[in-house]
Amino acid sequence: MIGTEGSPIVRARGLCKRYGKDAGLVRAVDGIDLDVAPGETLAVMGPSGCGKSTLLHLLGGLDRPTSGELWLAGRRIDAMSERALARLRRDAVGFVFQAFHLMEELTALENVELPALLADRSPRAARRRAACVLDRVGLADRASFLPSALSGGQRQRVAIARALANEPLVVLADEPTGNLDSEAALSVLRLFESLHEAGQTLVIVTHDARIAATADRMLTMRDGDFVDETRLTGGSTGSLGTLAGLEG
Amino acid sequence: MQEVVLALLAKEPSHGYELRARMRQALGPVGDAMNDGQIYVTLARLEKTGLVTSERSPGLPDRPDRKVYALTAAGQQRVADWLADVTWPGPAPAQFHLKLVAAAAAGLADPLTIVATQRREVLRRLRAAQRAAMAEPDRSPGGLLLEGIVLRLQADLRWLEACERHWTREEGQS
Repeated sequence: MIGTEGSPIVRARGLCKRYGKDAGLVRAVDGIDLDVAPGETLAVMGPSGCGKSTLLHLLGGLDRPTSGELWLAGRRIDAMSERALARLRRDAVGFVFQAFHLMEELTALENVELPALLADRSPRAARRRAACVLDRVGLADRASFLPSALSGGQRQRVAIARALANEPLVVLADEPTGNLDSEAALSVLRLFESLHEAGQTLVIVTHDARIAATADRMLTMRDGDFVDETRLTGGSTGSLGTLAGLEG
Repeated sequence: MQEVVLALLAKEPSHGYELRARMRQALGPVGDAMNDGQIYVTLARLEKTGLVTSERSPGLPDRPDRKVYALTAAGQQRVADWLADVTWPGPAPAQFHLKLVAAAAAGLADPLTIVATQRREVLRRLRAAQRAAMAEPDRSPGGLLLEGIVLRLQADLRWLEACERHWTREEGQS
Protein backbone atom coordinates (compact mmCIF):
# COMPACT_ATOMS: atom_id res chain seq x y z
CA MET A 1 0.00 0.00 0.00
CA ILE A 2 2.85 2.36 0.88
CA GLY A 3 5.66 3.46 -1.48
CA THR A 4 8.53 1.09 -2.08
CA GLU A 5 11.69 1.18 0.01
CA GLY A 6 13.87 4.23 -0.73
CA SER A 7 11.39 5.96 -3.04
CA PRO A 8 10.42 9.51 -2.04
CA ILE A 9 7.78 9.96 0.66
CA VAL A 10 6.69 13.14 -1.10
CA ARG A 11 7.16 13.82 -4.80
CA ALA A 12 5.97 16.87 -6.73
CA ARG A 13 6.34 17.76 -10.41
CA GLY A 14 5.35 21.13 -11.82
CA LEU A 15 3.21 21.83 -8.78
CA CYS A 16 1.16 25.04 -9.05
CA LYS A 17 -1.40 26.79 -6.88
CA ARG A 18 -3.00 29.95 -8.20
CA TYR A 19 -5.61 32.24 -6.67
CA GLY A 20 -7.71 34.89 -8.36
CA LYS A 21 -7.48 35.75 -12.02
CA ASP A 22 -6.42 38.39 -14.54
CA ALA A 23 -4.70 41.30 -12.78
CA GLY A 24 -5.47 39.72 -9.40
CA LEU A 25 -3.79 36.41 -10.23
CA VAL A 26 -1.50 35.17 -7.44
CA ARG A 27 0.93 32.36 -8.20
CA ALA A 28 1.34 31.16 -4.61
CA VAL A 29 3.16 28.01 -5.73
CA ASP A 30 4.63 28.33 -9.18
CA GLY A 31 5.86 25.13 -10.82
CA ILE A 32 7.70 23.35 -8.03
CA ASP A 33 9.57 20.04 -8.36
CA LEU A 34 10.41 18.32 -5.09
CA ASP A 35 11.45 14.95 -3.68
CA VAL A 36 11.58 14.26 0.05
CA ALA A 37 13.53 11.11 0.87
CA PRO A 38 12.54 8.76 3.69
CA GLY A 39 14.18 9.81 6.95
CA GLU A 40 15.17 13.22 5.63
CA THR A 41 14.66 16.48 7.50
CA LEU A 42 13.95 19.17 4.93
CA ALA A 43 13.53 22.87 5.65
CA VAL A 44 11.78 25.30 3.32
CA MET A 45 12.73 28.85 4.20
CA GLY A 46 11.40 32.11 2.89
CA PRO A 47 9.77 35.40 3.89
CA SER A 48 6.08 35.53 4.70
CA GLY A 49 3.98 35.46 1.55
CA CYS A 50 6.54 33.45 -0.46
CA GLY A 51 4.11 30.52 -0.71
CA LYS A 52 5.77 28.13 1.73
CA SER A 53 2.66 27.52 3.86
CA THR A 54 0.56 26.96 0.74
CA LEU A 55 3.17 24.47 -0.45
CA LEU A 56 3.03 22.61 2.87
CA HIS A 57 -0.78 22.44 2.70
CA LEU A 58 -0.56 21.00 -0.81
CA LEU A 59 2.04 18.41 0.19
CA GLY A 60 -0.12 17.24 3.08
CA GLY A 61 -3.31 17.09 1.03
CA LEU A 62 -5.01 19.90 2.98
CA ASP A 63 -5.37 21.88 -0.22
CA ARG A 64 -5.57 20.95 -3.92
CA PRO A 65 -3.06 22.07 -6.55
CA THR A 66 -4.26 24.07 -9.58
CA SER A 67 -1.97 21.94 -11.75
CA GLY A 68 0.97 19.58 -11.52
CA GLU A 69 1.50 16.08 -10.21
CA LEU A 70 1.83 15.12 -6.57
CA TRP A 71 2.55 11.82 -4.84
CA LEU A 72 2.34 11.08 -1.14
CA ALA A 73 3.67 7.75 0.10
CA GLY A 74 3.89 6.55 -3.49
CA ARG A 75 0.26 7.36 -4.31
CA ARG A 76 -0.84 10.06 -6.68
CA ILE A 77 -2.96 12.52 -4.68
CA ASP A 78 -3.53 15.57 -6.90
CA ALA A 79 -6.67 14.03 -8.37
CA MET A 80 -7.56 11.60 -5.58
CA SER A 81 -11.13 11.51 -4.28
CA GLU A 82 -11.83 13.61 -1.19
CA ARG A 83 -12.61 10.55 0.86
CA ALA A 84 -9.50 8.57 -0.08
CA LEU A 85 -7.38 11.69 0.45
CA ALA A 86 -8.82 12.22 3.92
CA ARG A 87 -7.97 8.65 4.86
CA LEU A 88 -4.43 8.86 3.48
CA ARG A 89 -3.90 12.18 5.25
CA ARG A 90 -5.04 10.68 8.53
CA ASP A 91 -2.78 7.62 8.21
CA ALA A 92 0.33 9.06 6.58
CA VAL A 93 0.67 12.71 7.64
CA GLY A 94 1.16 14.49 10.97
CA PHE A 95 0.69 18.27 11.05
CA VAL A 96 2.28 20.74 13.46
CA PHE A 97 1.16 24.39 13.36
CA GLN A 98 2.54 27.61 14.78
CA ALA A 99 -0.57 28.19 16.91
CA PHE A 100 -0.61 24.58 18.24
CA HIS A 101 -4.34 24.06 17.44
CA LEU A 102 -5.02 22.00 20.57
CA MET A 103 -8.55 21.45 21.84
CA GLU A 104 -8.64 23.66 24.94
CA GLU A 105 -11.31 21.64 26.74
CA LEU A 106 -9.41 18.34 26.40
CA THR A 107 -6.42 17.24 28.48
CA ALA A 108 -3.01 16.72 26.90
CA LEU A 109 -3.61 12.96 26.79
CA GLU A 110 -7.10 13.35 25.24
CA ASN A 111 -5.73 15.68 22.58
CA VAL A 112 -3.07 13.16 21.65
CA GLU A 113 -5.43 10.17 21.50
CA LEU A 114 -7.89 11.96 19.23
CA PRO A 115 -6.24 11.05 15.89
CA ALA A 116 -6.14 7.34 16.83
CA LEU A 117 -9.81 7.42 17.83
CA LEU A 118 -10.68 9.13 14.54
CA ALA A 119 -8.77 6.34 12.77
CA ASP A 120 -11.14 3.82 14.41
CA ARG A 121 -8.61 2.39 16.85
CA SER A 122 -10.12 0.94 20.00
CA PRO A 123 -10.25 3.42 22.90
CA ARG A 124 -7.84 1.24 24.81
CA ALA A 125 -5.31 1.09 21.95
CA ALA A 126 -5.69 4.84 21.37
CA ARG A 127 -5.01 5.58 25.04
CA ARG A 128 -1.99 3.31 25.15
CA ARG A 129 -0.55 4.88 22.03
CA ALA A 130 -1.22 8.42 23.33
CA ALA A 131 0.49 7.69 26.65
CA CYS A 132 3.46 6.27 24.75
CA VAL A 133 3.96 9.32 22.48
CA LEU A 134 3.40 11.77 25.35
CA ASP A 135 6.21 9.99 27.14
CA ARG A 136 8.33 10.25 24.02
CA VAL A 137 7.98 14.06 23.97
CA GLY A 138 8.85 14.18 27.68
CA LEU A 139 5.39 15.08 28.98
CA ALA A 140 4.16 11.86 30.59
CA ASP A 141 3.75 13.80 33.86
CA ARG A 142 1.51 16.41 32.18
CA ALA A 143 -0.97 13.95 30.69
CA SER A 144 -3.95 15.17 32.72
CA PHE A 145 -3.24 18.90 32.24
CA LEU A 146 -5.40 21.15 30.09
CA PRO A 147 -3.47 23.08 27.41
CA SER A 148 -4.07 26.31 29.34
CA ALA A 149 -2.02 24.92 32.24
CA LEU A 150 0.98 24.21 30.00
CA SER A 151 3.78 26.51 28.78
CA GLY A 152 4.06 27.34 25.08
CA GLY A 153 6.88 24.86 24.55
CA GLN A 154 4.92 22.13 26.32
CA ARG A 155 1.80 22.85 24.25
CA GLN A 156 3.80 22.55 21.05
CA ARG A 157 5.27 19.27 22.27
CA VAL A 158 1.74 17.98 22.94
CA ALA A 159 0.84 19.04 19.39
CA ILE A 160 3.86 17.13 18.10
CA ALA A 161 2.82 14.07 20.11
CA ARG A 162 -0.61 14.36 18.50
CA ALA A 163 1.02 14.56 15.07
CA LEU A 164 2.88 11.33 15.87
CA ALA A 165 -0.15 9.49 17.22
CA ASN A 166 -0.86 7.51 14.05
CA GLU A 167 2.81 6.86 13.24
CA PRO A 168 2.80 9.08 10.16
CA LEU A 169 5.20 8.62 7.26
CA VAL A 170 5.88 12.34 7.27
CA VAL A 171 5.48 15.17 9.77
CA LEU A 172 4.78 18.58 8.19
CA ALA A 173 5.49 21.55 10.46
CA ASP A 174 4.50 25.16 9.70
CA GLU A 175 6.56 27.68 11.74
CA PRO A 176 6.62 25.26 14.68
CA THR A 177 8.64 27.62 16.87
CA GLY A 178 7.02 30.86 15.70
CA ASN A 179 5.15 31.42 18.98
CA LEU A 180 7.95 30.27 21.30
CA ASP A 181 10.76 32.01 23.16
CA SER A 182 14.25 30.80 22.39
CA GLU A 183 14.46 28.31 25.26
CA ALA A 184 11.14 26.67 24.34
CA ALA A 185 12.19 26.72 20.67
CA LEU A 186 15.32 24.79 21.60
CA SER A 187 13.23 22.15 23.38
CA VAL A 188 11.13 21.69 20.23
CA LEU A 189 14.24 21.50 18.04
CA ARG A 190 15.75 18.90 20.36
CA LEU A 191 12.57 16.89 20.01
CA PHE A 192 12.70 17.12 16.20
CA GLU A 193 16.32 16.00 16.36
CA SER A 194 15.36 12.89 18.34
CA LEU A 195 12.58 12.15 15.83
CA HIS A 196 15.11 12.56 13.02
CA GLU A 197 17.46 10.11 14.72
CA ALA A 198 14.58 7.65 14.98
CA GLY A 199 14.14 7.88 11.20
CA GLN A 200 11.07 10.15 11.05
CA THR A 201 10.69 12.08 7.78
CA LEU A 202 10.16 15.76 8.53
CA VAL A 203 9.39 18.87 6.49
CA ILE A 204 9.61 22.22 8.27
CA VAL A 205 8.63 25.54 6.71
CA THR A 206 9.92 28.63 8.47
CA HIS A 207 11.12 32.19 7.95
CA ASP A 208 13.75 31.62 10.67
CA ALA A 209 17.22 30.64 9.40
CA ARG A 210 18.10 29.33 12.82
CA ILE A 211 15.35 26.71 12.65
CA ALA A 212 15.99 25.92 9.00
CA ALA A 213 19.71 25.40 9.61
CA THR A 214 19.03 22.36 11.80
CA ALA A 215 17.76 20.41 8.76
CA ASP A 216 19.76 18.17 6.41
CA ARG A 217 18.76 20.19 3.39
CA MET A 218 17.35 23.64 3.02
CA LEU A 219 15.36 25.07 0.14
CA THR A 220 14.93 28.82 -0.14
CA MET A 221 11.61 29.95 -1.56
CA ARG A 222 10.71 33.30 -3.18
CA ASP A 223 7.54 34.20 -5.04
CA GLY A 224 6.26 30.63 -5.24
CA ASP A 225 9.45 28.94 -6.43
CA PHE A 226 12.71 27.60 -5.01
CA VAL A 227 15.68 29.87 -5.65
CA ASP A 228 18.40 28.01 -3.75
CA GLU A 229 19.15 24.58 -2.40
CA THR A 230 21.76 24.11 0.33
CA ARG A 231 22.90 20.78 1.70
CA LEU A 232 23.77 21.50 5.30
CA THR A 233 25.27 18.18 6.33
CA GLY A 234 29.01 17.69 5.93
CA GLY A 235 31.51 20.21 4.62
CA SER A 236 31.09 22.47 7.61
CA THR A 237 34.04 24.81 7.99
CA GLY A 238 35.41 26.77 10.90
CA SER A 239 35.50 25.48 14.46
CA LEU A 240 33.20 26.90 17.08
CA GLY A 241 36.26 28.51 18.66
CA THR A 242 36.87 30.52 15.50
CA LEU A 243 33.22 31.52 15.32
CA ALA A 244 33.43 32.79 18.89
CA GLY A 245 36.52 34.90 18.14
CA LEU A 246 38.78 32.78 20.33
CA GLU A 247 41.72 32.63 17.93
CA GLY A 248 45.20 33.82 18.97
CA MET B 1 43.45 36.66 25.43
CA GLN B 2 45.80 38.60 27.75
CA GLU B 3 42.96 40.63 29.25
CA VAL B 4 40.81 37.53 29.67
CA VAL B 5 43.54 35.76 31.64
CA LEU B 6 44.12 38.86 33.76
CA ALA B 7 40.41 39.17 34.51
CA LEU B 8 40.19 35.50 35.48
CA LEU B 9 43.05 36.10 37.92
CA ALA B 10 41.24 39.05 39.51
CA LYS B 11 39.21 36.69 41.72
CA GLU B 12 42.25 35.32 43.60
CA PRO B 13 45.83 34.18 42.98
CA SER B 14 45.58 30.91 41.04
CA HIS B 15 47.46 28.09 39.38
CA GLY B 16 47.46 27.98 35.60
CA TYR B 17 45.30 24.86 35.54
CA GLU B 18 42.65 26.55 37.71
CA LEU B 19 42.43 29.40 35.20
CA ARG B 20 42.11 26.87 32.41
CA ALA B 21 39.28 25.09 34.22
CA ARG B 22 37.41 28.38 34.81
CA MET B 23 37.75 29.26 31.16
CA ARG B 24 36.52 25.84 30.03
CA GLN B 25 33.54 26.13 32.34
CA ALA B 26 32.60 29.51 30.88
CA LEU B 27 33.04 28.48 27.24
CA GLY B 28 31.31 25.10 27.21
CA PRO B 29 31.72 23.23 23.91
CA VAL B 30 33.19 26.33 22.26
CA GLY B 31 36.29 25.83 24.42
CA ASP B 32 36.94 22.31 23.15
CA ALA B 33 39.14 23.59 20.36
CA MET B 34 41.22 25.68 22.76
CA ASN B 35 44.86 24.82 23.10
CA ASP B 36 45.61 24.18 26.78
CA GLY B 37 49.15 25.51 26.40
CA GLN B 38 47.81 28.92 25.43
CA ILE B 39 47.14 29.98 29.00
CA TYR B 40 50.71 29.22 30.10
CA VAL B 41 52.18 31.10 27.13
CA THR B 42 49.95 34.06 27.95
CA LEU B 43 50.88 33.94 31.66
CA ALA B 44 54.59 33.95 30.77
CA ARG B 45 54.10 37.03 28.59
CA LEU B 46 52.10 38.81 31.27
CA GLU B 47 54.81 38.10 33.82
CA LYS B 48 57.47 39.50 31.52
CA THR B 49 55.52 42.74 31.08
CA GLY B 50 54.99 43.06 34.84
CA LEU B 51 51.21 42.58 34.91
CA VAL B 52 51.38 39.38 36.99
CA THR B 53 53.82 37.91 39.46
CA SER B 54 54.31 34.27 40.31
CA GLU B 55 55.40 32.32 43.36
CA ARG B 56 56.31 28.66 43.55
CA SER B 57 54.04 26.59 45.72
CA PRO B 58 55.51 23.36 47.06
CA GLY B 59 54.57 20.38 44.89
CA LEU B 60 53.24 17.03 46.03
CA PRO B 61 55.66 14.09 46.03
CA ASP B 62 54.51 12.91 42.61
CA ARG B 63 54.23 16.37 41.06
CA PRO B 64 56.61 19.19 40.28
CA ASP B 65 56.27 22.55 42.03
CA ARG B 66 53.45 24.66 40.67
CA LYS B 67 53.44 28.38 40.14
CA VAL B 68 50.72 30.48 41.70
CA TYR B 69 50.04 33.61 39.69
CA ALA B 70 48.72 36.91 41.05
CA LEU B 71 47.89 40.31 39.57
CA THR B 72 50.26 43.23 40.14
CA ALA B 73 48.89 46.75 40.65
CA ALA B 74 49.50 47.40 36.94
CA GLY B 75 47.62 44.18 36.14
CA GLN B 76 44.66 45.29 38.23
CA GLN B 77 44.61 48.63 36.43
CA ARG B 78 44.65 46.84 33.07
CA VAL B 79 41.64 44.71 34.08
CA ALA B 80 39.74 47.82 35.17
CA ASP B 81 40.53 49.52 31.84
CA TRP B 82 39.45 46.43 29.92
CA LEU B 83 36.12 46.19 31.73
CA ALA B 84 35.41 49.85 30.94
CA ASP B 85 36.45 49.50 27.29
CA VAL B 86 33.56 49.57 24.78
CA THR B 87 35.40 48.11 21.78
CA TRP B 88 33.01 45.65 20.17
CA PRO B 89 34.78 42.74 18.53
CA GLY B 90 33.36 41.25 15.39
CA PRO B 91 33.99 40.78 11.71
CA ALA B 92 33.82 44.05 9.84
CA PRO B 93 31.62 43.78 6.75
CA ALA B 94 33.79 46.28 4.83
CA GLN B 95 36.11 43.64 3.42
CA PHE B 96 33.32 41.49 2.00
CA HIS B 97 31.53 44.56 0.69
CA LEU B 98 34.68 45.73 -1.12
CA LYS B 99 35.16 42.23 -2.54
CA LEU B 100 31.76 42.46 -4.21
CA VAL B 101 32.37 45.98 -5.49
CA ALA B 102 35.78 45.03 -6.91
CA ALA B 103 34.51 41.80 -8.48
CA ALA B 104 31.68 43.65 -10.20
CA ALA B 105 33.82 46.57 -11.36
CA ALA B 106 36.50 44.35 -12.89
CA GLY B 107 34.02 41.81 -14.25
CA LEU B 108 36.01 39.16 -12.36
CA ALA B 109 33.06 37.32 -10.88
CA ASP B 110 29.33 37.69 -10.44
CA PRO B 111 28.66 39.36 -7.06
CA LEU B 112 25.45 37.32 -6.77
CA THR B 113 27.45 34.08 -7.02
CA ILE B 114 29.82 35.30 -4.32
CA VAL B 115 26.85 36.24 -2.11
CA ALA B 116 25.16 32.85 -2.65
CA THR B 117 28.36 30.94 -1.86
CA GLN B 118 28.95 33.01 1.26
CA ARG B 119 25.34 32.48 2.35
CA ARG B 120 25.72 28.69 2.19
CA GLU B 121 28.91 28.93 4.22
CA VAL B 122 27.18 31.07 6.88
CA LEU B 123 24.25 28.63 6.94
CA ARG B 124 26.59 25.71 7.61
CA ARG B 125 28.21 27.65 10.44
CA LEU B 126 24.78 28.50 11.79
CA ARG B 127 23.93 24.82 11.75
CA ALA B 128 27.13 23.94 13.67
CA ALA B 129 26.43 26.60 16.31
CA GLN B 130 22.71 25.82 16.60
CA ARG B 131 23.31 22.11 16.99
CA ALA B 132 25.97 22.76 19.63
CA ALA B 133 23.42 24.97 21.43
CA MET B 134 20.84 22.16 21.26
CA ALA B 135 23.33 19.81 22.91
CA GLU B 136 23.97 22.19 25.83
CA PRO B 137 21.90 22.02 29.02
CA ASP B 138 19.53 24.97 29.54
CA ARG B 139 21.00 28.06 31.20
CA SER B 140 24.65 26.96 30.91
CA PRO B 141 27.30 29.64 30.28
CA GLY B 142 28.41 27.73 27.17
CA GLY B 143 24.84 27.86 25.84
CA LEU B 144 24.70 31.62 26.37
CA LEU B 145 27.89 32.07 24.35
CA LEU B 146 26.48 29.90 21.55
CA GLU B 147 23.34 32.05 21.55
CA GLY B 148 25.58 35.05 20.84
CA ILE B 149 27.25 33.25 17.95
CA VAL B 150 23.89 32.18 16.51
CA LEU B 151 22.40 35.69 16.70
CA ARG B 152 25.41 37.18 14.93
CA LEU B 153 25.26 34.62 12.15
CA GLN B 154 21.57 35.43 11.71
CA ALA B 155 22.46 39.10 11.38
CA ASP B 156 25.11 38.19 8.78
CA LEU B 157 22.46 36.28 6.81
CA ARG B 158 20.14 39.28 6.83
CA TRP B 159 22.91 41.50 5.56
CA LEU B 160 23.71 38.97 2.80
CA GLU B 161 20.05 39.19 1.78
CA ALA B 162 20.43 42.97 1.53
CA CYS B 163 23.56 42.42 -0.62
CA GLU B 164 21.61 40.05 -2.83
CA ARG B 165 18.80 42.60 -3.35
CA HIS B 166 21.28 45.36 -4.14
CA TRP B 167 23.31 43.37 -6.69
CA THR B 168 20.19 41.96 -8.30
CA ARG B 169 19.05 45.54 -8.94
CA GLU B 170 22.50 46.53 -10.24
CA GLU B 171 22.51 43.65 -12.73
CA GLY B 172 19.01 44.55 -13.87
CA GLN B 173 20.22 48.06 -14.73
CA SER B 174 23.37 47.15 -16.63
